[in-house]
Amino acid sequence: MGNRDLRASGRAVKPASVKYSPRVTSADPIDRDRGPGDIVVDHLVKEYRVHERASGLVAAIGSLFRRRYTARRAVDDLSFSIARGERVGFLGPNGAGKTTTLKVLSGLLHPTSGTVRVAGHEPRRRRREFLRTITLVMGQKQQLLWDLPPADTFAMNRAIYDIPRKEYDETLSELTTLLELDATVRRPTRQLSLGERMKCELVAALLHRPRVLFLDEPTIGLDVEMQAVLRRFVKEYNERFSATVLLTSHDMDDVTALCPRVIVIDKGCLTYDGDLRELARRVRPHKRVIVRTVDGKEETELVSQADLPRFIAQRLERGQVADLTVADPPLEEVMRELFATRAQKEAVP
Amino acid sequence: MSAARSSLPPWLRAAPALLRIGLLEAFAYRAEFIVWMLSTTMPFIMLALMSAVTREGTIAGFDQPAFTAYYMATLLVRHLTGSWVVWQMVMEIRQGTLALKLVRPLHPLWFYFLEAVSTTFFRSLISVPLIALAFVLLGAGGSLVTDPALLGCAALGIAGAWILNFTLSAAIGTLGLYIESSVAVWDLWIGCFMIFSGYLLPIELFPPWLASAARSMPFPYLQSLPVEIMTGRHDLAHALPLLLRQAGWAAGSIALLLLLWRRGVRRFAAYGG
Repeated sequence: MGNRDLRASGRAVKPASVKYSPRVTSADPIDRDRGPGDIVVDHLVKEYRVHERASGLVAAIGSLFRRRYTARRAVDDLSFSIARGERVGFLGPNGAGKTTTLKVLSGLLHPTSGTVRVAGHEPRRRRREFLRTITLVMGQKQQLLWDLPPADTFAMNRAIYDIPRKEYDETLSELTTLLELDATVRRPTRQLSLGERMKCELVAALLHRPRVLFLDEPTIGLDVEMQAVLRRFVKEYNERFSATVLLTSHDMDDVTALCPRVIVIDKGCLTYDGDLRELARRVRPHKRVIVRTVDGKEETELVSQADLPRFIAQRLERGQVADLTVADPPLEEVMRELFATRAQKEAVP
Repeated sequence: MSAARSSLPPWLRAAPALLRIGLLEAFAYRAEFIVWMLSTTMPFIMLALMSAVTREGTIAGFDQPAFTAYYMATLLVRHLTGSWVVWQMVMEIRQGTLALKLVRPLHPLWFYFLEAVSTTFFRSLISVPLIALAFVLLGAGGSLVTDPALLGCAALGIAGAWILNFTLSAAIGTLGLYIESSVAVWDLWIGCFMIFSGYLLPIELFPPWLASAARSMPFPYLQSLPVEIMTGRHDLAHALPLLLRQAGWAAGSIALLLLLWRRGVRRFAAYGG
């Protein structure tokens, strides 16, 4: 069975800690249908050495003479593969190891063990060709020069990535048009709104036409409209350049809008790898049926897939129905349920 | 021209644009910059103090005009060679924004280096004419050397002091990848610099054992060597070996910086989420 089949049905690991009973498979780093993945993570482990001491002055002085270190495993035997051009959501609660994995993939951290390959390169070597292939956008950190207009950051990146003038002009014009930026790029960054700054961040990050995009909370703090603009833009860029996108976000609307596939990790371990809708179906097998009656009242019922036709027929027979909507549960609910279930199971001795 | 440019390595091709950006940034901070420059008053304070002390005679061969020339030259060298890259590095390490430099295909130390060159150039545009004017107004110009060979040595000494100041400041900044208190190390470093570099007092005024100890450390090569050459304290035969020793310190500090950086970057881990 090819990996595509596994993806279609959802690939999940460590089923004991989740409510549903998915098929257990070993993660295969090679996508047999599409050739070697653009991003291949094979049994990745990343441990941090953490200095520990109790609070207070005595402990602070004591730690000068005897330092105690413990190893904290942020990523634990993680394996997955992402084919070129895929858009994948990388999800998990805070401290799950998402950002650590992203840092390993972008070459900022060295793996403790396991192997990682991105666009055919070993990220930890941080070769020039590799760094020209990727981009890392962190919603909470900016690369724009604060007191200069974004146009100067773009010019700086042209020099850093050694982009030929013609290609630079074309790409810049294309990106600024897509993001509806014009005069904005000539105003000092400090005078721009958060949304304008984020758009300019994306332009700066994509000027060299990277093939692999690591997006870490790219829409954090933005208003709904600006979030929609950025999502549309990322999707367009992905389709146009066949770019591979790995997105981490706590905003499930980002994931729903952009990522047909999700990889879920918790405590550094792979929990789920597969189709987003399949995950929703497994964790929350009930559909949400919203009925609006002719007198303007709204009722919401959770109905299992199997019971759905009977429920709708009965409800329509009862009459008074002005509108009836069947929807999947919001992804926020799915994720909340997924992680709450894991936490509950772990709390039981 | 274009063919010659394209045969250069990418990091060198990027240099003109990065220098230009560095200048634009320095210009954007011009107000803070000028305030900082005007606040560098220690040589003036020491000049006033030593002028009062030497009203009646000389100390270790320094009379009033000699002290004036020494402290004006000290001010000039400090403006032309001072480096504060440590603050930027520590901030970027703590906030995690160093990550954005590390994922670019250009060595972060090259960024810092070019930015420091731009800053020095911008600073020199303001400070050199002002200090030259001060030399004239205080009548200290006559105490400076005029021999082209010694002037060349002074220029080399300033270049060497710049490299030493930059690399050691960057090395202490890199310590931020290892320890949380690299700023405290910098404070300690500056304290030693003030005493042993000849910034506060000419090393010739130290007791012989302290002068000898100071000259065995890198501090005089960060500051007083070019000052001493400019003010005629060394002849050519004496200046050249000192410049060689300065070059040795500079090579050692570059090696130290690169070693600290290479090992430190592997430790750049949990900062900034």
